[in-house]
Amino acid sequence: MNHQPTIKPSKARTAAQGHFRTLRLGTPFQPRIDALARTQDWYNWAGYRAPHSLWDEELEYFAIRSQAALFDISPMTKYRVEGPDAEAFLDRVTLRDVTKLKPGRVHYTAWCDDEGFVLDDGTLFRLSPTRFRLCSQERHLPWLLDSAIGFDVAVEEETESIAGLALQGPTSFAVLRDAGFAGVETLKIFDLAEFPHDGGTVTISRTGFTGDLGYELFVPAENALSLWDRLMTAGELRGIRAIGYTALNRARIEAGLIVANADFTTEHAIRADRLRMPDEIGLGFMVDLEKGHFNGRRAILEARARRKLRHVLVGLEIEGNIPAEHAIVYHKKSQEVGLVSAAMWSPMAKRNIAIASLTRPYGDTMVEDLWVEIYAMRELQYQKLMKRAKVVARPFIKLDRRTANPPADF
Amino acid sequence: MTSFDAIVIGGGHNGLVAAATLAKAGRKVLVLEAAVDVGGAARTEDFAPGFRVSSIAHVLNRLHPDVVKTLELEKHGLQIARGDFMPSVALSKDGPPLVLHGAYGEVLTGSTPSEQSAWKELRAQLLRYAGILKPFLSRRPPDLAGMSLKETAALGQTALALKKLGKEDMRDFLRVLLMNVADLLDEQLADIRLKGLLAFDATLGSHLGPRSPTSLLGLYYRLAGETGGAAGAQMLPKGGMGAVVTAMRSAAEKAGVTIRTAAPVARIIIEKGRAVGVALDSGEVLRARTIVSAINPATTMLDLVGPREIDTGFVRKVKNIRMKGDAAKLHLALDRPPQFTGVDAADHKGRMVIAPSPDHVERAFNPSKYGEFSAEPVMEITLPSLSDPSLAPAGACVLSAVVHYVPYALKEGWDAGKPKFLKAIMTQLETYAPGIGKSVLHTELLTPADIEARYRMPGGHWHHGELQADQMLMSRPVSGWSGYDTPVEGLFLAGAGSHPGGGVSGAPGLNAAKRIIAMKG
Amino acid sequence: MKAWDAIIIGGGHNGLVNACYLQRAGLDVLVVEKNDWVGGAATSRELTPGFLYSNCSYVCSLFRPEIMRDLELPRFGLQVISYEGGAVFTRDGDYLANYRDHDAHRREFARFSKRDAEAYDRYSRDVTRQCRFIQPLLMRTAPDPTSFRPRDLGELLYLGKKFAGLSAEQMALTLRFWTMSISEFLDEYFETDVIKANFALSGIIGTALGPRSPGTAYVLLHHYMGEVDGSVGAWGYARGGMGAVTKALAASFKASGGTIRTGAEVDHVLVGRGKAKGVVLAGGEEIYGKLVVSNADVKRTFLKLVEEKELPDIFLRRVRNFKIRGSSGKVNIALDSLPEFPALPKDSPVYRGDMHFTDSMERMERAYDDWKAGRWSADPFLDMVIPTTLDPTMAPPGKHFMSCFVQYAPPKVDGRDWTDADRDGFAESVIAQIAEYSPGFRDRIVHMEVRTPREIEAEVGLTEGNIFQGELTFDQLLFNRPVPGYAQYRSPVGGLYMCGSSTPPGGGVMGAPGRNAAAEILRDLAKSTSHMSPAHDVI
Repeated sequence: MNHQPTIKPSKARTAAQGHFRTLRLGTPFQPRIDALARTQDWYNWAGYRAPHSLWDEELEYFAIRSQAALFDISPMTKYRVEGPDAEAFLDRVTLRDVTKLKPGRVHYTAWCDDEGFVLDDGTLFRLSPTRFRLCSQERHLPWLLDSAIGFDVAVEEETESIAGLALQGPTSFAVLRDAGFAGVETLKIFDLAEFPHDGGTVTISRTGFTGDLGYELFVPAENALSLWDRLMTAGELRGIRAIGYTALNRARIEAGLIVANADFTTEHAIRADRLRMPDEIGLGFMVDLEKGHFNGRRAILEARARRKLRHVLVGLEIEGNIPAEHAIVYHKKSQEVGLVSAAMWSPMAKRNIAIASLTRPYGDTMVEDLWVEIYAMRELQYQKLMKRAKVVARPFIKLDRRTANPPADF
Repeated sequence: MTSFDAIVIGGGHNGLVAAATLAKAGRKVLVLEAAVDVGGAARTEDFAPGFRVSSIAHVLNRLHPDVVKTLELEKHGLQIARGDFMPSVALSKDGPPLVLHGAYGEVLTGSTPSEQSAWKELRAQLLRYAGILKPFLSRRPPDLAGMSLKETAALGQTALALKKLGKEDMRDFLRVLLMNVADLLDEQLADIRLKGLLAFDATLGSHLGPRSPTSLLGLYYRLAGETGGAAGAQMLPKGGMGAVVTAMRSAAEKAGVTIRTAAPVARIIIEKGRAVGVALDSGEVLRARTIVSAINPATTMLDLVGPREIDTGFVRKVKNIRMKGDAAKLHLALDRPPQFTGVDAADHKGRMVIAPSPDHVERAFNPSKYGEFSAEPVMEITLPSLSDPSLAPAGACVLSAVVHYVPYALKEGWDAGKPKFLKAIMTQLETYAPGIGKSVLHTELLTPADIEARYRMPGGHWHHGELQADQMLMSRPVSGWSGYDTPVEGLFLAGAGSHPGGGVSGAPGLNAAKRIIAMKG
Repeated sequence: MKAWDAIIIGGGHNGLVNACYLQRAGLDVLVVEKNDWVGGAATSRELTPGFLYSNCSYVCSLFRPEIMRDLELPRFGLQVISYEGGAVFTRDGDYLANYRDHDAHRREFARFSKRDAEAYDRYSRDVTRQCRFIQPLLMRTAPDPTSFRPRDLGELLYLGKKFAGLSAEQMALTLRFWTMSISEFLDEYFETDVIKANFALSGIIGTALGPRSPGTAYVLLHHYMGEVDGSVGAWGYARGGMGAVTKALAASFKASGGTIRTGAEVDHVLVGRGKAKGVVLAGGEEIYGKLVVSNADVKRTFLKLVEEKELPDIFLRRVRNFKIRGSSGKVNIALDSLPEFPALPKDSPVYRGDMHFTDSMERMERAYDDWKAGRWSADPFLDMVIPTTLDPTMAPPGKHFMSCFVQYAPPKVDGRDWTDADRDGFAESVIAQIAEYSPGFRDRIVHMEVRTPREIEAEVGLTEGNIFQGELTFDQLLFNRPVPGYAQYRSPVGGLYMCGSSTPPGGGVMGAPGRNAAAEILRDLAKSTSHMSPAHDVI
């Protein structure tokens, strides 16, 4: 019997004991965000205190569409993938062909389990021939490490040490240029490059989650505040505004983009029947059968061949202007065929739009006579509305400025 | 260059059975064996000048009758005669041994009349229950994803067999199915020697103690096997286990199988998700539309195929197969036959077991959980040269023993630990056969680590994966892929790592071949 | 002479639950209890002035919320106060805590392993999936697989359908899960020893199994069940000690018109023409009843309270073969002040949760090896709580009550009965372990109650001191519990029923056996069960 301490724990381990006192962490930008938070309207984003809104949801949305909006994406889960086999490893894990992703480029991708069910989606940044950053909603370290068996690659979780910002909106380019990021005008959509900042570097990519002209910036946590200040100063006359998630969410719905755990479930869904294949959530385009083996390939092929795909994710346009959030979708007003996962009246498109998951063949080959039943709570009463829904293409808005080269100086 | 329909990787007994069965169904088959000889862990080998011994498997007790029939092994030299059935002898330190004669104790001697009748009853019950499970040995595990009519009918037959037991017997069957063997023995028997022997037999080759729940399954597995039509019967094949393999090889070659030895496979070639051939260590590439791996499933999937060609979840499952060996093999070249105290001449030709009581077996199990070995190891001993003088020089004797509960990874390392372990074994032997130590001319002790290296069996596990309830049937080798298929099209598994498991049965090889034939592979 | 509609032998929680349901169905019910208090193993006793001891069971975790609701236990005074955390102290002077907050939990694990921190979600998903499968079964009578009565077939079909509702992958995992050891199961998720030890305890508590014994993964579910249907406050202390549970049950029973007689030990069950007619008390008093329900374990009931001649041989044989070896003990301690654990920050919520000192799987397994050898564990596994950090009613101001559940303790020591010296040695192994992590601990002790299986059997009447009234292994679960052919609460004696933890779904302060037995009795009497809520939906 030996109760005596044998090996002392590492200093880092004991130093971290006190985390229980702060259940919601602040991000590296928190001092600035706290200073701007007039609404004090917070939510829990993966253990971080993140704003729903900062001062005015409506105006925050319009900052995205008419000015420049700054959104803190630091809580996003980030993995650094590095090594001679990094490309081969990611090619095996994710759906798209990573060999086609050149250094200095970003793509949106997803990854599946053996049964072809989507575990998550995310963005993959190729920082160099052998170095990548994978950003996602959920955490997947065990899956990534187990996938790395047989590959010469290191996978490291770096969520806390890397701060991230999304700078989105028509004046975002001008803000960056005025902030002195020389050469940022050469970035085409999905390009990335490193720029000097505060004695270190910041990685800027022309990417975003708004369907607008925009950029994402990643910086070591210790350089976060100076980056924030640099952008805010440069953007003062271009209407730069910090925003919360509510505004961003509106923009992403207009852009027709889906969100993990909102529009589809991820790896940790308890109910196995909630899992979805890429073809069932509109990500079938990512599946590259020409490349080598990747996780889920066999199951996806089989599901396609045997017509086992049960669901389809579609964009809907709904008559009227009452948002149909979480409404049930019917065929011929009677047969339940699906659920709306996100909906809004789009100020940009001036249409009542929605993203919905339907049970095939509805939404796939049968697109006529679809209805949504909207339960609109108005002063403690549901106003039930049965409205006609039309399957439409996503994105719901298409802005030329998003991809225009060189980016326009608004 | 000759082209082949199927390439079988591994010339162990399952590989040979699969190859012969496929060849008999008209396939052109090539067997690739890494070693200079076929047989895997079922060879007969020289271990000292003039001394030969069955390498790992040394007792034949479960060669499947369908294998004997399909390969016509008797035509190819395999001899099984009832007179060859060997007794099991429960050695005792301080008295005469207890002996199970015939097919697993048709007659029990050395115990009281009341124990004899208790044994008779228990034996009948065990055989009855093992009989319910027996049909599972020769077919694919049920497919949970959707059963064919044939599979459903087969399961229906099992239900019917259960029903036939009668209500109370069926209840007992369902109660004891996943029970631990020690408790069951305590319920029905009194003699700790008999209980010790059965506890040993139930757990031999698995990482379970007699008190571990589900340990009774090991006894069922043993009794579901048969020799010469007699359930539970065991024998020492003439010429060692190698003779059985020789018969299989002969049957395979007769059926047109080409066998290449000293031809280790470096990798399985995959094109567009399909196995299309193999590359040898030498660089030579051989192609075939069906690749059958009769070696370890983890080696097959992780080394020969490689994780890049399979999904992460599958890699996880394969890596989770527990396959650290639990037993060591001891070979002694003796200058004269040993004398085990109280054992008569005939019983020296039997299987002598040192497992004085279930508690003793349990105590021997404990250290193995922590990477240690027992100071009083339990083991089964045979003296094959007594029945087959060709195995040793005149007047000399071969001792072949399986020592149970030997960790694969010894905490202190086998380099330092092996001499100590050997000493513990010899001390134990000396207690039961005084003077044996002085008669030793040569010693060979193979720990699981040695077995791994010599026979290319990861973990040195003769079942190619623990044979426990959670790694049986639908979960063997991994859930979702228990029917000999793999996620790689055209690649099949046919070794002991697949259902029903290890031992010289040939059942995995036969079942896999039947599956391939049904799939028109 | 008065004949009660039903006589319940034993006022433990299951006996009282059963009595409540029968009384509320309109029966005239008498509970007879040998002790001067009710509660069985769910009691609060003032063993030293000012201190209330939860001297057997100590945590309210599994009690079915449906039963609490039906019997209006909150109205009768039951309050459950949630744990706020928990920890395993490590030998290197640190600890691994469990926090209720999901992200705090992850960050805590990340102190030891980033991988394990992120593996927790998958682990928790998979365990939840297994719980969701099994939870609705708790409140249903197990089918008899050898019977072809419509009810049994229907129940088998229900099980089959439920199983078939799983994906093929899930079915395979379920089959595997049921036969795995908790150690092997955890190996598939985690790499850090202390994190595995942290979860493994739920697979072994109360069992005569070690973390490496097949079947312990399943036992885990018995301890996770409470969380599935989101019963708020399911894990916690009953205010006033565990006696508060049975006190509320007794109050509910009396309020509905039931009668309890304490200090009334049953000597045997009166049987006439193969039918139970009542009970005879130790003093010779005969009490008549139309039916008798035993809350005692199956061995006590049929080997002590019923004459052999009334029972079929095969039933007797199976009862004798029922495994009921005790494996745990209890050390209850009155403290003059809150003990300090220097490893733990003073403001840690862990003080208000369960604490452990077994930081490796090997230590846990070795503790079990001692039990197998017929000894108490030299380095025991403790589940230690200080309920007075949240419930001042159990101790004088500033003082504390500490409950230590101790594993393993064999029913016999080296094959002989426990002696007082053994008991003291057992207690010392516990105190020594705590003192290792809490300097000055010994000096704070005001009073101590040590309960080995001997004491548990003597006071509560649990045969061999087994807290689950029978081991939780496959051969004694579902339709095999307590014995094949009698898993539906009935017995070979007409009118004699069983309602204790010996019957399905098994032990723990869950109440399900008592409730399910009542449902069967009412079915036999052709009475309505409309006052009994069905199992909550799992959606």
